[in-house]
Amino acid sequence: MSAESIITIQGLDTYFGDHCVHHDLDLNVYRGEVLGIVGGSGSGKTTLLREMLALTRPAKGSIKIFGHEIIHASLNTLLSIQRRWGVLFQQNALFSSLTLLENVSFPLEEHTQLNASTIRDLARLKISMAGLPMDAANQYPSELSGGMQKRAGLARAIALDPELLFLDEPTAGLDPNTAAGFDELILNLQSTMGLTIVMVTHDLDSLWKVTNRVAFLGNQKVMFVDPMPLLVKQADEQIQAFFSGPRGRVVQEGYTHGN
Amino acid sequence: MTTVETGTFYNPDSRQLICRGEWDVTRLPELQALLDKASWPIDGDITINGESLDKLDSAGAWLLVRRQKKLEEQGVTSQLTHFSRNQAALLSLVQHQIKSEANLPFIQSLNWVQTIGRHTLLQFSGFTLYVNFIGRLTVEMLRIARHPQHIRFRSLVSVIYRNGFQAIPIVTLLSFMIGIVLTYQMGLQLRNYGANIFIVDLLGLSILREFAPLLTAIMVAGRTGSAYTAQLGMMKINQEIDALDTMGVTPAELLLLPRMAGLLIALPLLTMWADIMGIFGGMVMAQASLDVSWYDFLHRFPTVIPLKTLLIGLVKTPVFALIIASIGCFQGMQVESNADSVGQNTTKSVVLSIFFIIVADAIFSILFSWLKI
Repeated sequence: MSAESIITIQGLDTYFGDHCVHHDLDLNVYRGEVLGIVGGSGSGKTTLLREMLALTRPAKGSIKIFGHEIIHASLNTLLSIQRRWGVLFQQNALFSSLTLLENVSFPLEEHTQLNASTIRDLARLKISMAGLPMDAANQYPSELSGGMQKRAGLARAIALDPELLFLDEPTAGLDPNTAAGFDELILNLQSTMGLTIVMVTHDLDSLWKVTNRVAFLGNQKVMFVDPMPLLVKQADEQIQAFFSGPRGRVVQEGYTHGN
Repeated sequence: MTTVETGTFYNPDSRQLICRGEWDVTRLPELQALLDKASWPIDGDITINGESLDKLDSAGAWLLVRRQKKLEEQGVTSQLTHFSRNQAALLSLVQHQIKSEANLPFIQSLNWVQTIGRHTLLQFSGFTLYVNFIGRLTVEMLRIARHPQHIRFRSLVSVIYRNGFQAIPIVTLLSFMIGIVLTYQMGLQLRNYGANIFIVDLLGLSILREFAPLLTAIMVAGRTGSAYTAQLGMMKINQEIDALDTMGVTPAELLLLPRMAGLLIALPLLTMWADIMGIFGGMVMAQASLDVSWYDFLHRFPTVIPLKTLLIGLVKTPVFALIIASIGCFQGMQVESNADSVGQNTTKSVVLSIFFIIVADAIFSILFSWLKI
């Protein structure tokens, strides 16, 4: 793994009122890797993601993305960073009043000086790269199925060929088959487009299949950052509770025996 | 890795297209122009060399693949060489996608006759839906009338509180000022004839019969009608309405009828209050600018303004309340699952409510003059 760190988080403190979510949290994400973020409910996974996206401001600490400090970044710095990342939200956050094609064209229209037909062609390319049929292009998000909406959200997230992709629960609410297809798609895009991916997920299959390393959040910190096979062997109580439940064991056996 | 200037260069001798630097979406326009300018051969075979590419994203790959395709149509075949493994994978992915890309489905645009026709039909179907809605609501009301334990008193009271009681300050201010303005304007004329005391007659008639009911209704249409539509619309988008339906609680029972009934109670009361505050405003102004004392004003008032005037004003308000509540609820239930539609329907709800309030008021005027009241 190359040592270039794309995201560097140091000494992060977050409070909701008096409730401490993160205390002195450190995390590094390296170029080209797929990092999973897991943890029990309320361990601050989504909050951490929102802080990396500069949507929530932590109380203390430093978050550097592409070498720029984003917590106190000027609007211009932030805009130039935002152009280089793509985000797939848990609820997809597709613009409901725009068609799929318009949704995917939106970042291209905002951030490039390309002419309309080029934008349309590029958007169509992204739509088909996300594995969507072309006749979905003129449909509105509400007319698409859950799995298609996820793919549409992904198509919009990769519209500008980002270096960094954030995925929040990408497979939540999908049936196992569609979820597996989505994992496959993420892996494909990751290798062809050279993406760095940070994904928050509960899906054990995704964790085994897609991630290179997994950060386990607990006790207001990142407790461990390890590849899955190592992580599940950690003796810590929380880890064991998380991965050795009945579901965790089945998935784990499938993957360790399969390999 | 040294950064070379981004660009492309075609060497006719070696029949090689050399791609350099960073081929990404930001540099697409210049690259496109460079490719267009290159002196392509008419036929034969060329190679595309990606050795000195620092970066190739899918937009760059798309440009290259499309150029290849264009050349192929002109009879020039091209080979990709010296691309890194990842770049080659991206290129083949893009190649594959472009090949499999079906054409976009064609959307037919309408000419102006068709547009007018479409809108007319939409209006008609909108009206049919509204009648449908009122019909279902009536059936529901009859059902609940037979089972009074289904009446939601809590929702009813909260509707009255939010849309009646909380509207009191704004209605007070508005009608007080209308009283002042009317007295000032009419007083200017009356003073010319030394008929200052007649301000009582004019004010009493105009405020009790027209101004208070109409202005209060318009105020409530803006305040309550829009709130009804937005609330119900959001609930519809969140599938809360569907949830109620599946739990065996009809939305009409829990949401719509309390809103209608609540406004039916609140609007006449508000109008009554507006009557009082309007007359009060006029009385203050009459003393200040027309030398009509409060005693004279109140002494004359009951002798020239019959109770009938107040009742005529109040009789209209239940109708206004039904217009506001039914249109507000109807538009809320018509919201589709996108953010635009909440805005559109809220606007429609207010505009249509005010429009039909004024239409209803005109019908009342005709009716009253016909009945010689």
